[in-house]
Amino acid sequence: MNPTMIAFNSADLVTLAPEIFLLGATCAILLIDLFLKPGQRHITHVLALLALAGTAGLLWQDADAPRVYAFNGMFIRDGVAGLLKLFIVLTTALVFLYSRSYMRERKLLVGEFYLLLLFATLGMMLLVSAGSLVTVYVGLELLTLSSYALVALNRESTLSSEAAIKYFVLGALASGMLLYGMSMLYGATGTLDLARINALADLSAAAPHRTLLAFGLVFLVVGIGFKLGAAPFHMWLPDVYHGAPTSITLFISSGSKLAAVGMAYRLLEGALGTMHTDWTTMLSVLAVLSLAVGNVIAIAQTNLKRMLAYSTISHIGFLLLGFINGTAAGIAAAVFYMICYALMATAAFGVMMLLARAGFEAEEIDDFKGLNRRNPWYAGMMAITMFSLAGIPPLFGFFAKLMVLKVVIDAGHLWLAIVAIIFAIIGLFYYLRVVKVMYFDPPADEAALALPADLPFRWALSLNALALVVMGVAWSPLLDWCNQALAASVPLPP
Amino acid sequence: MTFPLISFYVFAAITTLAALAVITVRSPVHAALCLVLTFFSAACTWLLADAEFLAIVLVLVYVGAVMVLFLFVVMMLDVDIDPLREGFIKALPVGLLVAVVMLVEMLTLIGVRALQLPAPGDPALAAGMSNTQWLAMALFSQYLLPFEIAALILTVAIVAAIPLTLRRRQGVRMQDPARQVRVQPGERLRIVKMVAEKPAPQPETSSP
Repeated sequence: MNPTMIAFNSADLVTLAPEIFLLGATCAILLIDLFLKPGQRHITHVLALLALAGTAGLLWQDADAPRVYAFNGMFIRDGVAGLLKLFIVLTTALVFLYSRSYMRERKLLVGEFYLLLLFATLGMMLLVSAGSLVTVYVGLELLTLSSYALVALNRESTLSSEAAIKYFVLGALASGMLLYGMSMLYGATGTLDLARINALADLSAAAPHRTLLAFGLVFLVVGIGFKLGAAPFHMWLPDVYHGAPTSITLFISSGSKLAAVGMAYRLLEGALGTMHTDWTTMLSVLAVLSLAVGNVIAIAQTNLKRMLAYSTISHIGFLLLGFINGTAAGIAAAVFYMICYALMATAAFGVMMLLARAGFEAEEIDDFKGLNRRNPWYAGMMAITMFSLAGIPPLFGFFAKLMVLKVVIDAGHLWLAIVAIIFAIIGLFYYLRVVKVMYFDPPADEAALALPADLPFRWALSLNALALVVMGVAWSPLLDWCNQALAASVPLPP
Repeated sequence: MTFPLISFYVFAAITTLAALAVITVRSPVHAALCLVLTFFSAACTWLLADAEFLAIVLVLVYVGAVMVLFLFVVMMLDVDIDPLREGFIKALPVGLLVAVVMLVEMLTLIGVRALQLPAPGDPALAAGMSNTQWLAMALFSQYLLPFEIAALILTVAIVAAIPLTLRRRQGVRMQDPARQVRVQPGERLRIVKMVAEKPAPQPETSSP
């Protein structure tokens, strides 16, 4: 192909309008923040939220638009990307709303906190829209590089630095695996374009290419497993969750996981959809291991952040179950599950940040003792979140699990569904323990709780938790949206 | 065997050996120097493949700038390397075993023959331009978006470096020339009124 033939098409800029707007706004905030005094950080806060609101508005505008390629197929705008991006922007906005008083009390409310999160959001948006292996990789690096720095933001804490180093080393390893897999795919097909790889990858008879492709696929799955935190590639997750400031943990457990699902979709379905039978087996092994490791080890945790980290691993197991079907309905269920999980994670970590004060993290399960007597409203919110995480009807979490199980049973993997249900029931124990501690244990300190006077935070948190109840009734529009987006975007393998 | 092929094998062998030396030599300065050799030999193999622009960039940027900076840092930081390497010899046999087994597995799985895919024709040659020109064309037309995102990643690196390294240490004695210039006499000299003579000290009472 002669590159001189490829002219720059200014219509591409319209396709990228949300990303370009977010980039422009982020650069503006970068400059404005330089002139602000430490006491004026609320200006950055408001500007960052406005930038996200503008991006969400632009995304909403063409949420139902048909699939468009831009920049020579490097970028794809379609229903799945639009859906995931909207929720990514929403979770970042929640991170900003929830973290303000928490970060201020820890003297971490610096301009870079906002900037790095906005850059990470941009990276996630590019990642879920990637149309080429190169875009996948650079989008992922934009996200992870920002995340490493955010985890290390609290320099005073050795726990935080340790978590950042672990995250960095294992993240680099995962990127290496991904790159190795990508180079194999390139070697076998001679193209970096995901759709063309998918078209060229269908050569089951031609043995040498087939092995090379399968080899690349293994490395890609390992890389995706690392990024998602699926067992046995989950080792970094508990330490990073524990060591990072809670607001960053919130970000890693919600937005960044949504982006990882987008990446898994682009790579597995977009590039290797024709090799679906090969990756189904690998994903089912990862799924069962994640369910087992997550749910069983979570029982032994006394630290709530670590417990939620293992809970993430078990949820990732559930999510992968949606993928193994390889149909539009299966991936739609997985995306639906991840959106649900992101909302539950924001609520759970939000309550932890609400209870935290300077010098007190509220991260041990014992810190929640007798919360009902000290503040019944937020104890109720936490209880809703825990019930939803456990998957108790009629909350949102239950329907997310139900949809995935339905897809798995439809695909004929009955034993996988049974394993998933058994581990979900084991998982009930540790979620309900938190509820038991809040309602039936005597509090260590009878005094009413001094909550931060940050009304937007408290309102958003209550709405977030109540949304889990509302969505438990009104989940079908979101599921329809997921189904529609994927039915239009999945190149269905026969 | 043609001369370019022989030189390719020589350069490739030097690259591999130098890369091995990077992780095995004791002194960090030697390791950095071996890394320079690795980069340089890799640049030579690229030159053989007609990728002259990449080769020159590798030498200019990595050997000329990055590694010199590395060397300065390594020499300035007095890293006590011995405790860092304590587990190295103990873990070496296991590590080597794992690496060798993995390599053998990979080679048998793919089969060396399978890797000998038909090389795609040199696109620069097909387009009738030099390698450098073709690279620039591809970078700024077909790969424009990833190129710009890479620029963003560098921006993030700069932004991230600020909160991670900018440190206002407490109790460090340093001068602020701006404040020194602006100083008023009143801030430096305090005139205290006191009686000209001190009263005679009381004789100390002996403690019991």
